[in-house]
Amino acid sequence: MNVTTIDHRALAAVAQGHGTESFASREPVFQVKDLAVAYSGNVAIHDVSLDVYKSSITAFIGPSGCGKSTLIRCFNRMNDLVPGATIAGDVLYHGKDLYARDVDPVEVRRRIGMVFQKPNPFPKSVYDNVAFGPRVLGLKDDLEARVEGALQRAALWDEVKDRLKGSALSLSGGQQQRLCIARALAVEPDVILMDEPASALDPISTTRIEDLMHELKRDYTIVIVTHNMQQAARVADMTAFFSVEVADDGRRTGVLVEYDVTAKIFTTPADKRTEDYVTGRFG
Amino acid sequence: MSRALKGGVFKALLLLSLAVGFVMLGALLVDVFRDGLPYVDWMLLSNPPSSSPLDAGARPAILATLYIAGLLLLLAVPVGVGTAIYLEEYASKTRWYNRLLEVNIQNLAAVPSIVYGILGLAFLVRGAGLGRVLLAGALILTLLVLPTVIIAAREAIRAVPDSIRQGGYALGATQWQVVSRQVLPAAIPGIATGSILALSRAIGETAPLIMIGAVTYIAFDPTLLGPFTALPIQIYSWVGLPAEEFKFLAAAAIVVLLGILLVMNALAIWLRNHYRRSW
Repeated sequence: MNVTTIDHRALAAVAQGHGTESFASREPVFQVKDLAVAYSGNVAIHDVSLDVYKSSITAFIGPSGCGKSTLIRCFNRMNDLVPGATIAGDVLYHGKDLYARDVDPVEVRRRIGMVFQKPNPFPKSVYDNVAFGPRVLGLKDDLEARVEGALQRAALWDEVKDRLKGSALSLSGGQQQRLCIARALAVEPDVILMDEPASALDPISTTRIEDLMHELKRDYTIVIVTHNMQQAARVADMTAFFSVEVADDGRRTGVLVEYDVTAKIFTTPADKRTEDYVTGRFG
Repeated sequence: MSRALKGGVFKALLLLSLAVGFVMLGALLVDVFRDGLPYVDWMLLSNPPSSSPLDAGARPAILATLYIAGLLLLLAVPVGVGTAIYLEEYASKTRWYNRLLEVNIQNLAAVPSIVYGILGLAFLVRGAGLGRVLLAGALILTLLVLPTVIIAAREAIRAVPDSIRQGGYALGATQWQVVSRQVLPAAIPGIATGSILALSRAIGETAPLIMIGAVTYIAFDPTLLGPFTALPIQIYSWVGLPAEEFKFLAAAAIVVLLGILLVMNALAIWLRNHYRRSW
């Protein structure tokens, strides 16, 4: 077992006990069964089965094109917005089929928030950014307290409390991303999906986002997509490693290679492909 | 030829093409203003036309042009923006009928204005029995500018980054909430600029108005359902009159028309700067 190429901080994080608890007894929030997603007939990812557990952080890692972003977008039905996207298999949310006929995707997204790769604040004031969600959902009672609470939970309040009316676009990149997290928190979601939330940020801002994730996992279930293995090792309880299969005709399809407790993925992976990836020999 | 020389030659060619447009426009403006500016006075603005150049003014034509501009704003902008929203946000781009619609709109923007005039004569003036009235003129100009407004509004809506829409949807907003609260406000500068430029083209139009029977001599203020003339037609008719003084009046009316256009364009620029956003 060769782990010498793993970053020391990552190892330390693993050693400190992230991901060493047993999740077998925990309640699953999402249960994915034999999922496959195709865009206009091209299969982006297939053969995925995994459970995401409550009040934990689950990381999806893997090389570009392995379908990890596609998968996370199945959890809040964002793939519905992509013309030509089709989905096979099941995604259960608290035991209920997310793709059942009677499920309204708008209601799904209200409960399952999302933070994107590039901070995407609305071109409005800081306050209006956070208030947008509650306003469209009709949660107008005590809006100011709600906005303040969300900003505090996102660890942004102290930095913006004097400029709530200022443009959100004048914040720094890291602040913008925390604003997007606050925006998601303001509608009191159950789950927060994060699609490479720190890949456009500097290391200090990244650390702040990661600290924030540790805070938030007490109250929320978090799923994060990242191509940064050290980040997965630092924050995640469970880690899923995805890879790309290249068919004879050159078609590339993502597959789930291995899903386990983070420490196990990073120290004693079961699959050779996982080991090559986490030790830096590939990708 | 050295690379630096090539660059220099290219720059000179670019400047030359700029100069062609600039000199022509400049000459036109100088000529019109020299002839017309001394005649732009209160009489021109307040008097109706007359057979005597000393008493003649363009009040009915100026008022009609302003009415038409207002009606265009009321009719063409909401319909055009609505169409653009449908095409950009709701229509499935893979459906053949939506693609057909798109190609048609592009083509309509290139249809000569006289053809719209014939259409208006056949369907509005005679078919619908409106008669040769100001409303018919405004309606036909609405049809004329609609494709341009639609295209401008679509460009503006398309320029709103998808990340804004995704951010809205991810918070549980409905499509209409995303469109009305995020996309449209962000697209206002582009929509306003495009619409006003299209309108200023329209109020300079003469051919379709002549086609549907705008009159050249009218002594009273226009009404919605009454006979009308418009500034470009007034100019055209004055230029054709034998008395030399009318030529100067025509130049003065051109100055007034240019003034109205300039105000509209300034409004477009102001709107754009006022609502300008970056992301």
